[in-house]
Amino acid sequence: MSTPITTALSPIKPTRLSGRSRSGLLHGLMTNRKAMLGAALLVFFILLALLAPVLFPGNPSRITALASQEPSAQYWLGTTAKGQDVLALTAHGARISLFVGLIAGLVSTIIGILVGLASAYFGRVIDESLSVVTNIFLLIPGLPLLVILAAFLPPGVGTVIFVLIITGWAGSARVLRSQALSIRSKDFVAASQVTGDRAGWIMLREILPNMASNVMGTLLGCIIGAIGAQAGLEFLGLGDTATVSWGTNLYWAGNEGALLTGSWWVFLPSGLCIALVAFALSLFNYAVDEVTNPRLRTVKKRPATAPLSRMEDAQ
Amino acid sequence: MSSDRLLEIDNLTVQYRGDVRTTTAVDHVSFGISPGEIFGLAGESGCGKSTIANTILRLLKYPAEVASGTIRFDGRDVLALNGEELRQFRWREVAMVFQSAMNSLNPVITIGEQMRDIFTAHLDLTRRAADARCAELLELVQIDRNRLKAFPHQLSGGMRQRVVIAMAVALRPRMLILDEPTTALDVVVQQEIMAEIKALQAELGFSVLFITHDMSLMVELSHQMAVMYAGRIVEQGPAATLHRQPAHAYTRALMNAFPPITGPRVPLRGLGEGVRLTRVGDLQPVGHNHWSAAVSHEDRERLTPHAAGSEGGPR
Amino acid sequence: MRFILRRIGFYLIAFWVSITLNFLLPRFMPGDPISRMLSRSQDKMTAEQVLQLQRLFGLDNRPLLQQYTSYVADVLTGNMGVSISRFPTPVSEVIASQIGWTLLLGATSLLLAALIGNLLGIVAAWRRGSLVDSALPPLLIFIGSFPYFWLAMGALYVFGIMLGWFPLRHAYDSELDPGFTWAFISNVGYHLVLPALTIVLVSIGGWMLGMRNTMIATNSEDYITMAEAKGLKPRRIMLRYAARNAMLPSVTSFGMGIGFVVGGALLTETVFAYPGVGYQLLTSVQGLDYPLMQGLFLIITSAVLLANLLVDIVYVRLDPRVRTN
Repeated sequence: MSTPITTALSPIKPTRLSGRSRSGLLHGLMTNRKAMLGAALLVFFILLALLAPVLFPGNPSRITALASQEPSAQYWLGTTAKGQDVLALTAHGARISLFVGLIAGLVSTIIGILVGLASAYFGRVIDESLSVVTNIFLLIPGLPLLVILAAFLPPGVGTVIFVLIITGWAGSARVLRSQALSIRSKDFVAASQVTGDRAGWIMLREILPNMASNVMGTLLGCIIGAIGAQAGLEFLGLGDTATVSWGTNLYWAGNEGALLTGSWWVFLPSGLCIALVAFALSLFNYAVDEVTNPRLRTVKKRPATAPLSRMEDAQ
Repeated sequence: MSSDRLLEIDNLTVQYRGDVRTTTAVDHVSFGISPGEIFGLAGESGCGKSTIANTILRLLKYPAEVASGTIRFDGRDVLALNGEELRQFRWREVAMVFQSAMNSLNPVITIGEQMRDIFTAHLDLTRRAADARCAELLELVQIDRNRLKAFPHQLSGGMRQRVVIAMAVALRPRMLILDEPTTALDVVVQQEIMAEIKALQAELGFSVLFITHDMSLMVELSHQMAVMYAGRIVEQGPAATLHRQPAHAYTRALMNAFPPITGPRVPLRGLGEGVRLTRVGDLQPVGHNHWSAAVSHEDRERLTPHAAGSEGGPR
Repeated sequence: MRFILRRIGFYLIAFWVSITLNFLLPRFMPGDPISRMLSRSQDKMTAEQVLQLQRLFGLDNRPLLQQYTSYVADVLTGNMGVSISRFPTPVSEVIASQIGWTLLLGATSLLLAALIGNLLGIVAAWRRGSLVDSALPPLLIFIGSFPYFWLAMGALYVFGIMLGWFPLRHAYDSELDPGFTWAFISNVGYHLVLPALTIVLVSIGGWMLGMRNTMIATNSEDYITMAEAKGLKPRRIMLRYAARNAMLPSVTSFGMGIGFVVGGALLTETVFAYPGVGYQLLTSVQGLDYPLMQGLFLIITSAVLLANLLVDIVYVRLDPRVRTN
């Protein structure tokens, strides 16, 4: 006797993501090891940034000890060539670095969303012109542009954020535009237009929610890019050298010849923090990719008795 | 089951294993094809026909797997073939014409090179000898041999399909699987292609497993036929018999879904709006070489009010 | 052909935007930058230098349009002003003398990273679930998260200072005479190892992951299934059917990757005091040498645009579908 039919036989119709599949994304992420590791690292650094003034009170740049001391019980990460506490500098550095990265990444993504949606929805002239602008900003190499912008604008955190946004928005705009285009061609968008919904409404309520995972991916990418670009800018001395951030820590490390004096403890921590934060975000991004695109998931090994496996056939 | 059958499928079950649930695409299906016979497999989208075709050539990919049953080709156990044996079995013994020729041809290399691949992979011919054979093949389907240098996108839809058919018969396989070979083409080209296939079959004598949802085409071409529903066979027998005296309600609905162009106007009869069969029983003999699946009690009740004629197609 | 022409037109627009950006930026600077520079250089600037700076900042009293047209004309004839920090050498000469080293470093690193990364990506996609597919990507992502200059510092410290295996600075030992001798070339190569290694390590993850994901998407295409059904040998399918198609998006992102590698190369140069334009950029920033800075920006941008054009030409060769349009 046959088993009851378990498949649904309805014809394929255009579907929109329901609330259920968005929580499916959440569920997928919570069970994904990479996502959890990435999230844990991020939480650690955010806490470090928030608690720095409590854990290391006072001005971290003040000279507090003998210069260039190796890590010891008193100063866990040693001291700089000027005699500053490296651990305090690193902890406080998290505040500006994360803040700038987050803001720049967020604003870049928002601009990218606006440009991408407008481009995809309105099409024609608006699309052509926005695309040309986007492509130009994608093409012009980032670091030289950053340098030029930062050199001519007044130094400060605001400038850093501003120039990061200018060099960062185009990447997200391009990705989100192509995603928005493919959603725009779906039937439910046409249905909305026919019922007379306003353009803004359609873009925000019909197209955008279906791009949620792409938006998350681009947001993470933008933040990673902002943190890295910020570090590069500050290392060249174009950030605000008066503030304490991971990048400026490395700038001073380079300036004071930490390498040549063998003071590895001065340049290791700040760079490692940047790397770990970027890595955590990348892990999370990787995990989002895997959860939303089942094909990318790690293939579980099949039991040897299963007769069908591409890998076996391919041998 | 007689041993002179070329293809013997016995109690085949194929499932797709997901994270949340498992879907049975092919549910305890058995049938056989004799040498030189044209066997039609009909049914709506999603009923499992293509899955069977892919299983015969062992093309199923994760997460699909054969849960039970056997497939024997000329006495050999197809499901047990691996590696080099499988590679040689493919295309030499059984070849397939896929649904969309545009998608099944490699877009960046020429038609000629793709045809040559067949010969170099199986027959170890020199390039010149292979090219000569390719030119012959193209002539077989009435395409000028200069087209060997063309890329797929440079050919018309009908030409592409003929190229794919030519490729399929390149090694003179004993069985050809046609998976919706003309669905992507317009009616005029469809007729040419079907005539082509008929001529080739008469000349080369291969068996055919003909998969389609176009009943009129199938009835015209096939010797034997089987109708599938949700992974199960609901009726099987000579094509003419199924056409004139369908025994199962579903077969009747399928036949009635194609209105005749001539004759008096009659209301279209199908299964009725939203009617689905929940239990498809095993095949019972209802005539010479003619089987039909038992209809369960609940299904019979569900079907009865609609059997007396109503609006709407099979859905 | 039309495709290439359209791309050239686009690059010309991008070039024009860069020139205009260069023109406009100094005019946004608040305050009086020239007097700042004068006080910095302790009034050691000549009248010509001051005049040049005035023109750069738009502080000479010519109408804006005239300033713009003369600037564009200057750029197009290769006159980018005179360097402040290396007075009186013209900017174009300063750049020309050192751009070769950046090209060497950048090209070597880019090609190595792209080649090795793409091969790894192909293997990872073909052998899903193997060590290459599961362990290598996260590792390469981790290394790819390192800032270029930080990894450069680390490499310099470990391999240069601690272990002493490689030289610490410059492109070649100063005692050697430049020339096409084996001694010179091998010395150049020796100095190239650490900087190139840095750039390759940081960028290779992106190549591998990109190619792997594209291959995975390509592997589910129907023509791959048909190739399998045809009974072709696995290697042939992997290379001629899958990789050959997956290469196309890879080539496109190669073009975009050039911009990133340039940034990485510039930063790496500063750490190794590698005498390329990156190092020049750093010194020009420190010395407030605006003309040189602007010149570097233009030259680097032009090089990237040119490289992208070359990539487009290669793409047209690879994808027959673009040609007939």
